[in-house]
Parts: sequence; structure tokens; C-alpha cells
Amino acid sequence: MSGTPMVKAEAVHKSFGRLEVLRGIDLEVQPKEVMCMIGPSGSGKSTFLRCINHLEKIDAGRLSVDGELVGYRQRGDKLYELGDAEVCKKRSEIGMVFQHFNLFPHMTTLDNVIEAPIRVKKESRAVAVERARKLLERVGLGDKVDAYPRQLSGGQQQRVAIARALAMQPKLMLFDEPTSALDPELVGDVLDAMRDLAQEGMTMMVVTHEMGFAREVGDSLVFMDGGVIVEAGNPRDVLSNPQQERTRAFLSKVL
Amino acid sequence: MITSAIGQDVTSVGPGWDAVGRYLFGPLILRGILVTLELTVLAMAIGVGLGIVLAVMRLSPNPVVSWVSWVYIWFFRGTPVLVQIFFWFNLNGVLKVIGLGLPGTPFFLLFGHTNTLISAFMAAILGLGLNEAAYMAEIVRAGIISVEHGQTEAAQALGMTRLLVMRRIVLPQAMRVIVPPTGNETISMLKTSSLAFVAAVPELFTRSEQISLATFAVIELAIVASIWYLVMTTILTIAQYYVERHFARGALRELPLTPLQRFRRMLFTFHAPPPAPAELPVLLPRGH
Repeated sequence: MSGTPMVKAEAVHKSFGRLEVLRGIDLEVQPKEVMCMIGPSGSGKSTFLRCINHLEKIDAGRLSVDGELVGYRQRGDKLYELGDAEVCKKRSEIGMVFQHFNLFPHMTTLDNVIEAPIRVKKESRAVAVERARKLLERVGLGDKVDAYPRQLSGGQQQRVAIARALAMQPKLMLFDEPTSALDPELVGDVLDAMRDLAQEGMTMMVVTHEMGFAREVGDSLVFMDGGVIVEAGNPRDVLSNPQQERTRAFLSKVL
Repeated sequence: MITSAIGQDVTSVGPGWDAVGRYLFGPLILRGILVTLELTVLAMAIGVGLGIVLAVMRLSPNPVVSWVSWVYIWFFRGTPVLVQIFFWFNLNGVLKVIGLGLPGTPFFLLFGHTNTLISAFMAAILGLGLNEAAYMAEIVRAGIISVEHGQTEAAQALGMTRLLVMRRIVLPQAMRVIVPPTGNETISMLKTSSLAFVAAVPELFTRSEQISLATFAVIELAIVASIWYLVMTTILTIAQYYVERHFARGALRELPLTPLQRFRRMLFTFHAPPPAPAELPVLLPRGH
């Protein structure tokens, strides 16, 4: 592998009170790689994803995106937390899609997508609207620009959320169980949109329970349990021939 | 003589409605209404503006900022508004100049002399507005915490700063919760502004009180004032409906009709007559 990895985690620790959620995570995601993360609930995979854009602060270890530390600046051998404005600048380069979509319900679909480009990147309205229309067209919602989120189905809302994240032209996309809150028949459209994105070369980290997606689209697969990475590797190998007992036990329950 | 006095009293029982009619549109009363409206609008502006600031401060992760807001609310909510108006009105007795300074720092911005700065009107505005801010702070805080945390996270993930998240994402959604009690507060303020009477601010109640002292038509002027207070609160209630409707965008799949729209629909929609009942086969007894 050449160049700087898009995401690099070294011994990342995180606790909520006395509960240790992440107990030393080491991993690397290369540019254009699609990494899927699986594991039982409470295994820390969502928390780890949220650490990558500093929605959660890490307690120990180092976490960097595209060669730059997340949320901290190093001076000597000490780390200093960045101010709100600097953290926001870093976050604006990382897209995130949530399990419950979290669209802004008081704004139309189009306004949801152009909000951050206009307010954060200071783009002109015309430029932002043009890109937003293209993105919404691409996820199959070109005719829904004036709809409010509550007027859309869950699958449509999630595709708007993907368009909203892409509107910031991020270099990395984080997906936190993007299909877990959807009715089964709506999952396909969202996975299709994500597959397209992967084929265009977007670097993606996907926390998911969709083993089929992980097998087909993922370049690598990580199985987490109890705050550590139990097993990692090629998705086909891990899914069909798990080396660890815990991985085997988990897969036997979900497959 | 006694009986005739009683007789006269009996005949004059009940308010003099002609006097009510005479003073209802009197120039002093109308000017009083204007002052009442000014007091209400300005005090509510201070209340809402400062209330939002206090609410955001109260929810700040910084404990000092949160604590300052808590103390403000504790103090201004815990003392009677009448006493507060009284305090500001009589402040010149103990303070000769007013300025803004931070305790523990040499920073001090001189505004001017108390007498010129705090007129009777200003004393009423300060008393009413600063007291209102304490109540509005709690109302706004309730609105803010009613907005799901995922909204803040989604906005932060897009790179929006804390202030931008509050202004563009959280507060607009909080408005749905904030507006109804704020309407309540405005209506309450309209009436509470009559306490400015103690600072001799010439608002509606002060005016009606002055006229009644001169004419002895006490009940009549109380009725005049009540009518106008009712008229103003009615207008506010209607205004509130439209403000609520505005902030319902996106929260409901379809906005409710305004009363005017409903009225028009009632007048101009012609319902198709119900379909004629299908002809039932009639079994007639043989022989007919």
C-alpha cells in the first residue's frame, strides 16, 4: 500500500463512565477502500465510527484522517483539543449517514442538501442548488426536491441523507447502520446508492448487518466484539471461513 | 331625607353605560393603549431576546456560564415583578451613575446618570423585561431540549459550528414548543404591564385610574380598561394561531387550514348529493 491511509487508528480507547467501550482499536483504511464493520450490538463499532469525526472524544490512542489527527493538535508529545471552529472544518470533509437519517424536518429535501454547502463552505446558492439537484437525481429522488422529510418513506429519507452528506464533497463517508431502521423492501434502494458510491471510488466505512453487502461491495471486513477487533480481513474469507471462535458464533446467529 | 338618599342610591345602582361609552374612545384612554402596547412589545422583546441567551447559557457545557444563568433565573423569578419595577424606579436614590462592568476586571463602560437613563417608562420596561427573561429562559430551554439530539449530531457531522447548529437547526424546531407558552406570556405581559402604574407610566390602567379619580366613575373606567385589554388579548390570540402555523412547517404532513380558508371552503364547496340509493327489489305479494 502506498501513500497515507485515509483512516489510521492506533490503540484507540474510549469509556463511557466506567464502561470501557473501545479497548485498543488499531486499523487502517486506504483511499478508495470500502471497509465494513460487523459485530454484536454494544461491541463498540458505532462508537468507533463516531470517534472518527469527533462526535465522541477518544480517551487514549491516536486517530487520524488523511494524515491529520482528529480533534487534536500535537505539540511536542502532548495532544491539545482543537476549538469548535477547527473541529468543524475537519468534520466538513467527512460525510456521515445515520441509522435514523436525522434529516432536518423543518426544511425541504433541497434545503437539507444545500444547507451545509451554503452555511459551512460558503458556496453560492446557485452552485449549491445545482449540485444538490444532480445528487438527488442520482439517488433517484429528482422529483422530491420540494418535499419535506416527513412526506418521504424511510428509504427515500436515507437516500436524501446520503445526498446531503455527499453535497459537502467529502473524502471519506461513514455509514452508521444505514439500513437498520428500514423496512426490508426499502433496504435495496439504499444499498444500491451505496454500491454506486463505492464503484465511483469513495472511501467508505460501513457499520452494517447486511452480510450480503459486506461480501459483495466490501474490500475489507472487521469483526468487533467487546471493544476490540476480533478478526479482520477479506470479507469472503472472514464470512465463509472465520478463524476465531467468537466470529464463528456471531456469524452462525446472523447468517 | 334618608329615604330619598337611599332612593337616589337605588336608582344609580349599576354602572353608567353612557359613561363607559363616553370614555371608551377618549383621547387619554387611546394614548394609554398605545403606551400599554409599547410596554408589552418592548418588555417581551427583552424577555425573548435575553431568554434565548439565558437558555443557551444554561445548557452550556461550561459550568460557570450555566451557573450564571441559573442564578439570574433564580433571582428574577424569585422576586415579585412589582418590587422589581419599584426597584428600578427608585434606583437613583442609591446609584448616581450606571455602566457595565465585569466584576474582577477593570473593564467599565459608563452609560450615564441614573436619572436620565431610567425614566419611569424605562423602569417599567426593565422591571417587566428582565423578569420576563427569567421565565422565557425556561420556556426556550424546554424547547431546545425537546429537539432530538440526532439533529444536533447530524448538523455537527456536516461541519456546522455550535452557534450555527443552534440558530439554523435546533431553535427553528424548538419554536413549535416555544410559541404556545410565549403567547401565554405575551397575553400575561399585556395585563401585567398595568403594574407600571406604580411608576406612574401613563399606560391604559394608569389613565383609566386617573380619569376615575377625577370623575368618580370608578367602575365605568374599570370596564373601559377591561374592554380594551380583552380586545388586545383577542388580537394576540389570533396572531398566535398564525405564528404556530408558520412553525408547523415540516412537522405536519399537511398544514391545517386557516379559519379564513376553512370559511371559504365551507361557502364555496358544493358537496355532491349523496348517491341515490340503489333500487331495492321489491317483493310484492301475489295478486297485486
